[in-house]
Amino acid sequence: MPHFTKPAEGSWTEHYPELGTEPVSYADSVSPAFYELEREAIFGRTWLNVGRLEQLPRAGSYFTKELDSAGTSVVVVRGMDGEVRAFHNICRHRGNKLVWSDFPSEETSGACRQFTCKYHGWRYSLEGELNFVQQEQEFFNLDKADYPLASVQCDVWEGFIFVNLDASNTTPLREYMGELGKGLEGYPFQEMTQVHKYRAEIGANWKLFIDAFTEFYHAPVLHAKQAVSSESAKVQEHGYEALAYGIDGPHAMVSSWGGMSPPKDLSMVKPIERVLRSGLFGPWDAPDIGLDELPPGLNPASHKAWGLDSFLFFPNFMLLVWKPNWVLTYHYWPTSYNTHIFEGACYFVPPKTARERLAQELAVVTFKEYALQDGNTLEATQTMLESRTPVKAFPLNDQEILLRHLHHTARSYVSKYEQQAASAPARA
Amino acid sequence: MSTTSAPSGTLPTEFSDLEPFAGFALRSERERYAKRIASSMAELQEFYDAAFPRLEAAMAYLDQFALDALADDAQHLLWLFCALVTVSFPVEVWRQPRVPDSGAASFDAVFEPAI
Repeated sequence: MPHFTKPAEGSWTEHYPELGTEPVSYADSVSPAFYELEREAIFGRTWLNVGRLEQLPRAGSYFTKELDSAGTSVVVVRGMDGEVRAFHNICRHRGNKLVWSDFPSEETSGACRQFTCKYHGWRYSLEGELNFVQQEQEFFNLDKADYPLASVQCDVWEGFIFVNLDASNTTPLREYMGELGKGLEGYPFQEMTQVHKYRAEIGANWKLFIDAFTEFYHAPVLHAKQAVSSESAKVQEHGYEALAYGIDGPHAMVSSWGGMSPPKDLSMVKPIERVLRSGLFGPWDAPDIGLDELPPGLNPASHKAWGLDSFLFFPNFMLLVWKPNWVLTYHYWPTSYNTHIFEGACYFVPPKTARERLAQELAVVTFKEYALQDGNTLEATQTMLESRTPVKAFPLNDQEILLRHLHHTARSYVSKYEQQAASAPARA
Repeated sequence: MSTTSAPSGTLPTEFSDLEPFAGFALRSERERYAKRIASSMAELQEFYDAAFPRLEAAMAYLDQFALDALADDAQHLLWLFCALVTVSFPVEVWRQPRVPDSGAASFDAVFEPAI
């Protein structure tokens, strides 16, 4: 008997019949060939979130983003006109990486008036025009207007900056974000400027980590020791059920209860949480964010026990909005079929007091402790999926609907791409 | 990245009882976590037992000042209590400095707000 109402079909999964209910193959997570297709079909063609507007506070502010999965590095910059633009991070002269510091493969950020290539000193405006060539007279009929930086489609949704590497893309970002994106518009993300960012190299396919974070079925078991033991036993007995799931095109969300901020019974939580009034679900005393009511996309079940909503904007941008007015983002940047870089960032309203700062510290560190357990478990999954064991299909339950959807979506993008490639005339 | 640690004798006089643990007053979460991993459970327990009962008093003391204008000694006190947060996991839950089942996994702070 479910604790929370399910759709009329009897399950969330059957509410979306295209997903099926049969066991799922993870062949899409262990194949170098499939990953190469994903790079073209997914990372080379969809809107990818690479940062937030706060990272570009004034004209000349820039940051670079390594996009191995899309086969490039981009530099994102606020121009003299205030516009945010993105360019392939390559000098038009002989292909040197244009913006980097110390280590060419590492991301960097800063502020400048123009971009100067370290190699031969070619200079570009913040709008991408080539405006200085060293010893220009030595070249042959070189017209600088013919060699601007190669631009990349760039757009902003609710302060989140996205790029799309497909020059022929015609889907505007707002349209791509769909109904789930629309339902979040107006949430005051811009108030949450106190940011903690973490990064890890994970030895698993990018989709496997998204899998771990789009189901909470694992939480009462894998993270059992993080709660006090009586509470842990209770949670494990009940298991986990979400309040609601939502799917729109390639994107998906799960809405969850979250009775921990603050908990009904203080003996449920650890001593440090009792004193700091904070924990996994964030500081219990929510700051004012000037919101009379939530945007319609949050707490879609209108449940009084609502604690957080977790959105996956395909392919790799996860956005968690927590009831006590803070936000967590995850990004999964593939570097090969069985490795990726995982980024996690906590966004809070800037603390006014040391008490608030410590409460945020506890929320951040708790997130880190959980992520360390999750990350390591994934390597255990990847290794066995790659092994020659005869186990090839895996049953997914109704609380794992978003995994089913993610793998279904990735396979659909790849097969659509393959069909297009097969029917299109060979490119010159 | 910063490697500054607090020399001893830098906490507010009201908290001089915590001077023996001033080595935990580290500026960044990355350093605090490294300190935790490099410590024995006995050391973490000793720090926790001394600092935890002082947490409420430390917050009351620090809340007299604007967070962005803390004097050096108050800043060190806040770092020290950030370290209490870091060590609360091994002491209250794990019974070991590392996160169980985390193997060689690492998850590093690459950006954090200055205190």
